Amino acid sequence: MITLEINGKQHSVDVPADVPLLWVIREHLRLTGTKFGCGKGLCGSCTVHVDGKAERSCQIPVAEAQGKKITTIEAVASTPSGAAVQKAWVAEDVPQCGYCQSGQIMTASALLSANPKPTDAQIDEYLSGNLCRCGTYQRIRKAVHKASREMKKGGKP
Amino acid sequence: MSGIFNVSRREFLKTGALVGGGLILGANIDWAGAAEEGTKKSYAVEPNSFVHIAPDDTVTIIVNHSEMGQGVYTSLPMLVNEELEADWKKVRFESAPVAAVYNHTAFGMQMTGGSTSVWSEYDRLREVGAAARQMLIAAAAAAWKVDKKTCRAQKGKVVHTSGKFFTYGQLAEKAAALPVPKDVKLKKASAFKLIGRPTARLDSPEKVNGAAKFGLDVFLPGMLIAVVERPPVFGGKVKSVDAEKAKAVRGVKDVVRVPSGVAVLATDFWQAKAGRDALRIEWEEGPTAGLSTPGMKEQYAKLSKTPGKVAKKAGDVKEGLASAAKAISAEYNVPYLAHAAMEPLNCTVDLRPDSCEIWVGTQFQTVDRNAAAEIAGLKPEQVKIHTMFLGGGFGRRANPASDFVSEAVHVAKAAKTPVQVIWTREDDTKGGYYRPFWYDSISAGLDKTGKPVAWSHTIIGQSIVAGTFFEKVLVKNGIDNTSVEGAADIPYAIPNLLVDLHTTSIGVPVLWWRSVGHSHTAFVVESFLDELAHVATKDPFEFRKGLLAKHPRHFGVLTLAAEKAGWSRPLPKGRGRGIAVHESFGSYVAEVAEVSVNKEGELRVHRVVCAVDCGQTVNPETIAAQMESAVVYGLSAALHGAITIKNGMVEQGNFDDYPILRLNEMPKVEVHIVKSREKPGGIGEPAVPPIAPAVANALFNVAGIRLRELPMKPEVVLAAMKKK
Repeated sequence: MITLEINGKQHSVDVPADVPLLWVIREHLRLTGTKFGCGKGLCGSCTVHVDGKAERSCQIPVAEAQGKKITTIEAVASTPSGAAVQKAWVAEDVPQCGYCQSGQIMTASALLSANPKPTDAQIDEYLSGNLCRCGTYQRIRKAVHKASREMKKGGKP
Repeated sequence: MSGIFNVSRREFLKTGALVGGGLILGANIDWAGAAEEGTKKSYAVEPNSFVHIAPDDTVTIIVNHSEMGQGVYTSLPMLVNEELEADWKKVRFESAPVAAVYNHTAFGMQMTGGSTSVWSEYDRLREVGAAARQMLIAAAAAAWKVDKKTCRAQKGKVVHTSGKFFTYGQLAEKAAALPVPKDVKLKKASAFKLIGRPTARLDSPEKVNGAAKFGLDVFLPGMLIAVVERPPVFGGKVKSVDAEKAKAVRGVKDVVRVPSGVAVLATDFWQAKAGRDALRIEWEEGPTAGLSTPGMKEQYAKLSKTPGKVAKKAGDVKEGLASAAKAISAEYNVPYLAHAAMEPLNCTVDLRPDSCEIWVGTQFQTVDRNAAAEIAGLKPEQVKIHTMFLGGGFGRRANPASDFVSEAVHVAKAAKTPVQVIWTREDDTKGGYYRPFWYDSISAGLDKTGKPVAWSHTIIGQSIVAGTFFEKVLVKNGIDNTSVEGAADIPYAIPNLLVDLHTTSIGVPVLWWRSVGHSHTAFVVESFLDELAHVATKDPFEFRKGLLAKHPRHFGVLTLAAEKAGWSRPLPKGRGRGIAVHESFGSYVAEVAEVSVNKEGELRVHRVVCAVDCGQTVNPETIAAQMESAVVYGLSAALHGAITIKNGMVEQGNFDDYPILRLNEMPKVEVHIVKSREKPGGIGEPAVPPIAPAVANALFNVAGIRLRELPMKPEVVLAAMKKK
C-alpha cells in the first residue's frame, strides 16, 4: 500500500512502487485534469506541484511521492498564484484545445509563487518545457503577466 | 437536463438515425468547390435538434462540429443566438450525437474538417435560431391571445408592447410543439449584435480547472486499458505471438489479436504497457521493409524529370520558357509530418450484443460510427458516439480508414470487455497517416522587363484520398485535388502555365494535415516566386503586387501585411524580412516574417505580421487565436518537423526527435483582419501555408541563402551558409 497526500487529502493505493505518479492520479484517484502527453517528461502536460514545485508526474515513481504534498490542477485554485493564473487564463482566452493547459497553469503558478514578477525572459525559460501544439504561447506570456499584476494587487502570493 | 425542446429532439433523432443508416455521403462533394456548394440548401431547419431551453432559461446549443481548439463551441452558438436573441450569459453548449440532422451542410456526413465549420453552418444555424425565436414568439402570442406582431424577442424574453413578458424558459415547452416556420427571414449583417464581435470562449472556464473531459478522461465500470503492439513496418503482419510473459505481468488480464496487431489489456495503463513490453512477436514485414527516405527522394527526383498528369495548363509553357530572356529552375522537397496532437490517440468502447457505445475525440463521426457498426455486426443506429473534447485534431482525427476507432472496437469485440485503447506518444508518432512527403521540380521564365512569362511545376507525391471513399469525388481525371491545391490555382498573372502531377504509391499511410496540400504548395510557390523576384531584381512585395491585379483579395492582404510590417522601413542589422501570400479554404492570408540567424545556423523568428481576409467575421477573437495557432503550427514544420523512414521504420517517436515549437521560440504575432461583408471563409488552416515561405524568404533576405527543403534545421542552414 502506498499513501499519498494529494490536494490535502490522504489516499491509500495498492499499486506497484514504480508506477508513475501520473497514472495513479488519473486512474486511481480519477483526477483527470492532469494529462498524459509524452510519458518522458518532454511536454509538461502532466505537471503537478510537489511540495510547491512544478514537477512532471510522468517521471515520478509513485513510491517517491510518499510523504510529499501534491497539488493537482483540480486544487490549484486554493493557492493565490494558482487562482490568479486561472483567472488570467480565462481573461486572455488562452486555451484552444485545452489539453496542455493544466500543465501550463501548474508551471505558471509555480513560477509566480517563486517569482511574483517575472520578466519575459524568465517566463520563456520557466515555461518552455510545456509544449502547446495549438500555439497559445503568446497568450500564455500575456496571461502570466496579467496574473502577476493581479497578484500584486491582491497581496502576497 | 429536463428538456422542453429535448422531447422532440429525441424523436427527431430516432428518425434521423434511420435515415442515417449506411454511409451518407453527398454525391456532389467537391472539396475545393465546397464553399460554393454550401450555399445550396441541403438541410432542413430543425430547431428542436439544435436548441434546448430549460425551465431555468438556460439555453443549450447542440453543436454538430467537434471542438478541437478552433472555437466552434463558441462561434456556432453565436450564429444561433444572433437570431435566437437569448441572453448570451445563459447560453451553454453540448456536443451532438450522431444523426443525419447533424450532417455537414456541404459534405452530407457528420464531420469537422477543411476549415468549414463556420461557413457551412452560417446560414443553417442562423435559420435555426430565427425559427426557434419565431416559435417562442408564436407561443407567447397564443398564450396572450394577441397578434404576433405586437411581440418581440429580447435577451431571452418575449415582450409584449404592453410591457408584459414571458421568459424563454416559460415558453419553451409550448414553442417546441409548434410547427417550424418556413422561409425564416434573417437579419441583415448591419444589424448583427453578436456576429463579428470579439467573444470570449465558452469552454475556457472548464479548460483551466481540469474539468474538461477529453477522450482519455472517460472511465467506464469494469473497463480495461489496452495498448496495442502494431507492426514496426507499415503493412506488416503478425507471424507469431508468444504472450506468456505478458500475461504474467501483474494486472494484465488478456492478450488478444486484432487486425492492427496484438492488444494487451490490463487494469491500468502502466501494467498494460509493461505487458506489451513483455510480448514476443515475430513480424512479417511486407513490401515496405526496404523503404528509406533518401531512396524515396532519389526515386521522386527521377520521376520529376518525366511529364506527369496535367493538373493545369494555360498557353504554351515550352514556348514560353524557350523565348524567355531569363529562366531558372529549382527542386524542392518537404518531409512526412506527424500531426502530433497533444492528446495521444485513444478510444473507449462499450460493446454489447445489441449496442456499441463509443467515447472518442473524433472529427469523423459518421465514418467512425459506420465502421464500428460493421465491425460489431450492428446497424449504424445501434452505435452511439459521444464526441469528447479533442486534445487537438489537425486532421489526424478525421480518418476515412477510421483507424483508431475501428481498432478499439476490434479490441472490445475480441476481449469481450469495455475497453479504452491508449496510444503512447511513440505509438502516435509512428502510427502513420502523415502529411505526405512531396518533391517538386519547378521552372519559370522572365521576359526582358522582368515579368514572368512561363511557369512549369511538377509535383510528386502520394494521394491522400486514393483508396478511400473520397477518391470517387475528389480525384478527377487522375488528379487528386488535394495534391495540387495551391499550385494549380496560383493567382499570379503568368500567361504560360503548366502544373503536372505524379501520384506515387508508397506503403506509408498519409492523411490531411492542417492545410493539407497547401502546406506544401505554398512553400514551393511562394519561395520560388521570391527566387524569380530576385532574378528580376525586383522587391518581392512589389513583384507580387504587380502580378495580382486580377486578385483583389490577395492584393488586399498582401498590401495590408506589408504596410503593418513596415515593409519599406529598414530593419536593424542582422534581421531579414520575408513575405508570402496564399489563399486556402476560402480565406486569404499574407504574412511577413522577421528573422535572424546566428553562427550556429539557428533561425530565430522575431515577429510575424499576419493579414487575413476571411470575409464576414463571426468571432474575431477566435480568428486572431487561429492565426497565432496556425503560425506556430507552420513554424514547427518549417523549423523542426520531419518524419523519416529507414528500413521501412519511422525513425522518430517522441518530442525529443520530433520537436515542436516551444514558448522560448515564439515570435510576436500581430493579426490584422480585413473588414469584409464577403461570405465567411475558413479560419483553422489558412494561416499555416504562408509561414514557411515567409521565413525561408526572410532567411534569404538576411543571409542570402535559399533553402528548398524543410525543415530549416540549424545544420542545414549552417551547411548552406558555409557553401555560400
